[in-house]
Amino acid sequence: MPQTATTSWWPTATTLLLVAALLLVPAPALAKTDIQFWHAMTGQLGEAVNELVKQFNDSQSEYEVKPLRKGTYPETLTAAIAAYRQRQAPHIVQVFEVGTQTMMLSGAVLPVFQLMKEQEIAVDWKDFIAPVVGYYSKDGNLYSMPFNSSTPILYYNKDAFQKAGLDPSKPPQTWKQVEEYSKKLISSGATKCGFSTGWPSWVQVENMHALHDQPFASKRNGFDGLDPKLLINQEFGVKHLGQLAAWQKENVFSYGGRAGAADPKFLSGECGMYMQSSALIGGFTKGASFKWGTGQLPHHGAPYKKATSIIGGATLWVMKGKPAAENRGTARFLKFISDTNQQMWWHVTTGYLAISNSAVKNLETGYHFKKNPDQFTAFAQLTKGTATPNSQGLRLGNFVQIRDAIESELENIFAGKKSAKQGLDDAAAKSNDILKEFAAANKQ
Amino acid sequence: MQRTVFKSRWLPYLLVAPQMAVTVIFFFWPALKSLQLSLYRVSPFGDRSTFVGLENFGKLVADPDYYSSVLNSFVFAGGVTVFAVLGALVLAGLVTQKIRGLAVYRTLLLWPYGIAPAVAGIIFLFIFHPAYGILPYFLSFVTAYDFNWLLKGWVAMTLVIVATAWTHLGYNIAFYIAGLLAIPASVMEAADVDGAGPIRRFTAIVFPLVSPITFYLVVLNMVFAFFESFGVIDAVTKGGPGQDTEIMVYKLYKDGFIGLNLGSSGAQSVILMAMVIGLTVLQFRFAEKKVTYR
Repeated sequence: MPQTATTSWWPTATTLLLVAALLLVPAPALAKTDIQFWHAMTGQLGEAVNELVKQFNDSQSEYEVKPLRKGTYPETLTAAIAAYRQRQAPHIVQVFEVGTQTMMLSGAVLPVFQLMKEQEIAVDWKDFIAPVVGYYSKDGNLYSMPFNSSTPILYYNKDAFQKAGLDPSKPPQTWKQVEEYSKKLISSGATKCGFSTGWPSWVQVENMHALHDQPFASKRNGFDGLDPKLLINQEFGVKHLGQLAAWQKENVFSYGGRAGAADPKFLSGECGMYMQSSALIGGFTKGASFKWGTGQLPHHGAPYKKATSIIGGATLWVMKGKPAAENRGTARFLKFISDTNQQMWWHVTTGYLAISNSAVKNLETGYHFKKNPDQFTAFAQLTKGTATPNSQGLRLGNFVQIRDAIESELENIFAGKKSAKQGLDDAAAKSNDILKEFAAANKQ
Repeated sequence: MQRTVFKSRWLPYLLVAPQMAVTVIFFFWPALKSLQLSLYRVSPFGDRSTFVGLENFGKLVADPDYYSSVLNSFVFAGGVTVFAVLGALVLAGLVTQKIRGLAVYRTLLLWPYGIAPAVAGIIFLFIFHPAYGILPYFLSFVTAYDFNWLLKGWVAMTLVIVATAWTHLGYNIAFYIAGLLAIPASVMEAADVDGAGPIRRFTAIVFPLVSPITFYLVVLNMVFAFFESFGVIDAVTKGGPGQDTEIMVYKLYKDGFIGLNLGSSGAQSVILMAMVIGLTVLQFRFAEKKVTYR
């Protein structure tokens, strides 16, 4: 047998292995800790989230926040729950306002005030604006970090107003004016319908009750107890929804579906006025092909007081069970986004409210609101009215199901299948059952 | 039918094992878990679960919304089955004639089967849309009736039935083409010679000869319409207006994943499974008698 070369292979192999080991070992020490952030923002808002996260990641080198859009708000919440059960929850989850009670009683979250205390990061809790703090606090402590808060406002088509002979700088302020303007818009051929609405329950039931200082549910809208009863089928609810149903027949009001399904009605020029979240300002600025303006939500006038509207949108919740090192990253990210500069940037880019008084003050001194009066409408509506116990917000368990029950019955009312009283009675009855179920499941 | 005989004792079991594993893991196990879940009241995050026996079932039986969802399911499944099976038979008949471009027509007819149900739903949403859909536009020349599916329940139901049936046509057509082509030409010619018109030929010869396929497709389409029709409804009507297109599968999803009431959702899925099993058994016992196998 011929002799092979005597240089054996294993010195080379060992050298290669050592080199590889040396190259690999420092890697973990340089790797950033990942912070998983699940959210539900799409389109222009989604891009804004990515940009905000990038600003944070670029500002420091220890943590990398990874934003991930999980779907719509309900889908994101469901995904977080499923992940939590698998012990693979993200660090931060964006949950919409109706999920607040579910999150608070879940035992799966680390309240934000506790997180900041544990991580010894100072946050000026008193600086957050009152409507936001009231909604998301328990016993005076903030449970989730306010992020994207909005409130519904009135959008109107200035070009259509002009065509109909209406003053394009004066949006309607009372419901009587809404009816009057709608009829003018239709008769002049400027639009096919007067107005429509997005998120029917949030805008026309929840916010209308708050704005007119009417209780939505007993026990101070649910803040004082786990099984309140809905009061939407009282005199005010029946009056307002009955009015909408009557207007639906004349095309003064044109129902366009739930959530944002009716947006095309306004953007296409079919309806001259539209009530939707103030967060659409950014999208409308990019997407509307006509001149438009904003105004506060219309009010019925006497005998109802003019209170404030309630916030919508979502907040960021921190999930329990993560190691302290990762919680530090989470805390630093939350502190970053609530800093005045970031809040101002977020507000200007998206149209969501700036949630701290300092940010608002800075925006005012920078003449931002003078240059962009539309973005001030939401603030004015939230802070310049008279805050009453009925306008602090709603805290109901299984609120997602309740909204669904209400919106189903609203569809029956608008279709003329049920009278406003009947539909609201049924919605209240169904919702009360849902609340009873929630109280039973969360007996404390 | 030729029977395959295996020489080895364990090879057949080994070959079937992967499919059995998939069936057990993805079908039987979740079904058993649903059964277990239906007897509990569970908190959304899973940290609290109380045994409540048949309370979830009791609540469903007392709920008028549940009965309307059952009714909607039957209407929906019936509509889809009739549309998809009859439509497929007619179209397959048209496409098995001796005409030019046959292969092209066949391909185009089969294509919609590859479309995701949600996409099909959106397509028909645009067609039916009260503001910018072409169907209401053309119908407006004939009648002043407002086909607004956002407010009129029967329009919404028609929309989802048509959208769902349209996607499933391709599958049925494929089977019917095979069935129609298997009919010996001699039989049809003999009937023609005997003076049978096209309709008589169809009812006396074609229909009985494809009846095994019809039976199979009816069962399959009904099960499909009961269980897998979630996509179209979620993409288009979300159970609305009111509860008019809320079929059992959709109510199950809404209560479980949106409402986070997993106990009730589990109970609903148990009832749904029992119903479909019952339906299939019924169909096998009664309809199969009328089927002429060769």
